Amino acid sequence: MNSLTISSPEQSGLLHLANLNMDYAKSMGIAPERSTPKIIAADLNRLEVESLNVWYGETQALYDISLNIPQNQVTALIGPSGCGKSTFLRCLNRMNDVIETCRIEGQIWFDDTDINGSQIDVVGLRARIGMVFQKPNPFPKSIYENVAYGPRIHGLASNREDLDRIVMESLEQARLFDEVKDRLNAPGTSLSGGQQQRLCIARAIAVKPEVILMDEPCSALDPIATAGIEALIGDLKDAYTIVMVTHSMQQAARVSQKTAYFHMGQLVETGTTDQVFAEPVDARTRDYITGRIG
Amino acid sequence: MTDTRNPAHLRERHRSEKIFRFAGLGAITLAIAFLGTLLVSITLSGYSAFQQTRIQLDITLPADPESASYQDLVKQALRATFPDVSQRRSKKELYALVSTGAAYEVHQFARANPARAGTELEIWLTASDNVDMLIKGKVLVDDEAAVRRLSDRQISWIEQLTTANRLEKQFNSNFFSNGDSREPEVSGIAAALAGSFFSLIICLILAFPLGVMAAIYLEEFAPKTWLTSLIEVNINNLAAVPSIVFGLLGLAIFLNLFELPRSAPLVGGMVLALMTMPTIIITGRASLKAVPPSIREAALAIGASKVHSVFHHVLPLAMPGVLTGTIIGMARAIGETAPLLMIGMVAFIVDVPKGILDPATALPVQVFLWADSPERAFEERTAATIIILLVFLMAMNLVAVILRRKFETRW
Amino acid sequence: MPHKRPRKVLADRLVVAILFAGSMVAILVTVGIVLSLVFETVRFLQIVPLTEFLFSLHWSPQTAIRTDQVGASGEFGAVPLITGTLLISAIALAVAAPTGLFCAIYLAEYAGSKTRAIIKPTLEILAGVPTVVYGFFAVLVIAPILRAGGDEIGLSISSESALAAGLVMGIMTIPFVSSTADDALVAVPLSLKEGALALGSTRSEAIRKIVVPAALPGIMGGMLLAASRAIGETMIVVMAAGLAANLSLNPLEAVTTVTVQIVTLLTGDQEFDSAKTLAAFALGLLLFLVTLVLNVIAQYIVKNYREQYD
Repeated sequence: MNSLTISSPEQSGLLHLANLNMDYAKSMGIAPERSTPKIIAADLNRLEVESLNVWYGETQALYDISLNIPQNQVTALIGPSGCGKSTFLRCLNRMNDVIETCRIEGQIWFDDTDINGSQIDVVGLRARIGMVFQKPNPFPKSIYENVAYGPRIHGLASNREDLDRIVMESLEQARLFDEVKDRLNAPGTSLSGGQQQRLCIARAIAVKPEVILMDEPCSALDPIATAGIEALIGDLKDAYTIVMVTHSMQQAARVSQKTAYFHMGQLVETGTTDQVFAEPVDARTRDYITGRIG
Repeated sequence: MTDTRNPAHLRERHRSEKIFRFAGLGAITLAIAFLGTLLVSITLSGYSAFQQTRIQLDITLPADPESASYQDLVKQALRATFPDVSQRRSKKELYALVSTGAAYEVHQFARANPARAGTELEIWLTASDNVDMLIKGKVLVDDEAAVRRLSDRQISWIEQLTTANRLEKQFNSNFFSNGDSREPEVSGIAAALAGSFFSLIICLILAFPLGVMAAIYLEEFAPKTWLTSLIEVNINNLAAVPSIVFGLLGLAIFLNLFELPRSAPLVGGMVLALMTMPTIIITGRASLKAVPPSIREAALAIGASKVHSVFHHVLPLAMPGVLTGTIIGMARAIGETAPLLMIGMVAFIVDVPKGILDPATALPVQVFLWADSPERAFEERTAATIIILLVFLMAMNLVAVILRRKFETRW
Repeated sequence: MPHKRPRKVLADRLVVAILFAGSMVAILVTVGIVLSLVFETVRFLQIVPLTEFLFSLHWSPQTAIRTDQVGASGEFGAVPLITGTLLISAIALAVAAPTGLFCAIYLAEYAGSKTRAIIKPTLEILAGVPTVVYGFFAVLVIAPILRAGGDEIGLSISSESALAAGLVMGIMTIPFVSSTADDALVAVPLSLKEGALALGSTRSEAIRKIVVPAALPGIMGGMLLAASRAIGETMIVVMAAGLAANLSLNPLEAVTTVTVQIVTLLTGDQEFDSAKTLAAFALGLLLFLVTLVLNVIAQYIVKNYREQYD
């Protein structure tokens, strides 16, 4: 993939505009499907996490995490079970608010605003940062209604045709449309595991977020379905920023451009995927990657 | 930094959220307000019944306690207190100051104190309910005569007695020592208490063993056949049958077929037992189910039989839960009225029943009977009976909760 | 494996047999109920035809005292009783269903665990108060307030109005609805609610559009059970509702119910064979069948929803 490194703020601003124009062109249907290679800004971060500490009641789950999530890349969070990767992921869209005993300290910067601030509208935040869960959780409604749920509540479609179009596009982007196009009224739960997960991805995309968080999206799926989702993720990163928790190092190596290794609630090492897997700096990372722990 | 695609819509959504949440909180407030109103209104109505106005008179006990007319003695004493009263009508009003049961009270006193026969004493006697209502403020001096039911003369006598410290409110022991009566001032719940007590004992004796037996069988021994399913379906349905139907069953079978005595606590207890059994079975099964299989397996592994493992290992661990369920079942039984009406416990019972075959009534039935009475004074007594009933219920539920907390083991 | 002595095995078998006998009592009771109700109803229907019982619009239970008594025809048409029962139960549900449901929603979805631990038992107290107490409350407090309120706005509200009885019955029923609805809401998997929240729903949207519809079978089952309870309720209506059969759907008027008539027919001085006492059993059978059907449907609905999450 071609990449240009941008170093000055003016250039990154222009880059941002260029990418926006590309999106707009695509949404108007006047840009080709597979676009010219996306220009990646090496230092344009979509999310910046600063000194994040998380407690569940008395137990501390995350210790002083600082991590940047680059735009339009797949960032993989790896580490042994219980090391806090899912907790970290859920902080990014404030899903930990659901848990009564959870307490958070630190800042998470998204567009120059700390999402943990008291003025933040969580509802609006989650429309821009979507999530796909480990076990596919389609609503007990039809396939159409599942995808239409998000656009409906956010008022993104002004009439039925608009809504149909959004549903169709989302299902296409999620590579599910062909398989379900003649049974859009069938219940979402009647699909296979891999299809259900793609439905959940389509559902998340329908809201047109900027970031998609994925919590071990393939761990409940068989290898063929997994391969399908991984290919989909590769496509999606062109339009979205993706943060993915995975317990499979091979998957991280296949799919991501940046990797962060978590160990017992601490962020041990982070870098480009090639770097972390080929030449890990920390001994703990090396141990995990070579299979001595985890 | 929020999603700015549709800000007006977003504001609308947040407003809906606030309204929805408020509705939820409002519903809870409403329910609790209802409960509060219920408890407060009944307490306010009933607390005054625990006191009874009494009048002190000087009475000479007869030499022979059994051969005197106590009515005359009381009338004499009243005339002696107000010697100026001469007209017949005025005298009638004077005698109406004390309860018609006052004579009986003197008689009881004379019987209990034979050593003081022939002497003159000061005895506190129960005042009539009209006087009682005035003293308690349930009717006012300014009310019209029909409401007040006391003439001006009677009011002045009352005032004189009060000034002379011969009329005051005292603890209403009648309420706890007497049975029902036509006169509210001498009526009490003793008969109802005894009736409820006997009925509950019978209920417990019948429902507990049968319920626990059925729970053990269904949970530990029953094979998965159609018969077992039928039994389970039956129990679930019985738990939801209206209580009056159990009363009809009691009427048809216990009273008419078996010809057991009407309004006896035995029959009441049997009907209540049939109603309480499903509850004991269902909670018993839940407690047995909560005991982990490892306990049973450990007992079997050392060679104990299944029966032995159930009775000596599983049941003791499940017992707290079983007892809790039983107490809760009993608490429901103590408040049940409809089935007892069906089997005849609706009669006017004056004497305190001494056994399970004597005609009796029960606390909730007493409430029902008194609630119908026109006399003002019965209203406060009805409420007071409810207070007693609720106190019992609270105590039983408290015991159940403490039992549950104390023995709750987290496996 | 040590050989068990035959005597011990026999003892064990005996114990199990006794336990089995205990559990057969449940079936015996149901059989007893059905038999006694049916038997007496059959005797009743030999005196009063079924068509009159089910379709006649007049309920005036009188029997001839002397065979030659003129005008001795009573009529045993249960329709006014049924409409009265339905009217009061409908008022009760109108109070209990929304209140109970919103209580459950707040407890299950908004209340913190400390609040929940206090409020849930408090609501249960409403269920533990004996119905005779509710009846007294209806007569002492509610009926006079309604009467006075009615006078203020120029409406004539009977002191035995269906509204008074239904309102108090509704209060009593709130915990039944809220308890079953709470169970149903809590049973909805967290993953569904989180899925809705992650898409940017407000809490009320997630509840209204996802959680409540998913819990609907359990909630409906609870409502049916509450309805069954209201229909079979006796003491509140005996004390607060009327005695005269009045074919009306006006909640401000006095109506009578099936349960009130059962009590009235049986707590007078009746000989057991007269049509009046037999009528009570016929009404009892009607009540038993209706509540049974409601309970069965409720259980069926609830069982169906449980399979969704396996």
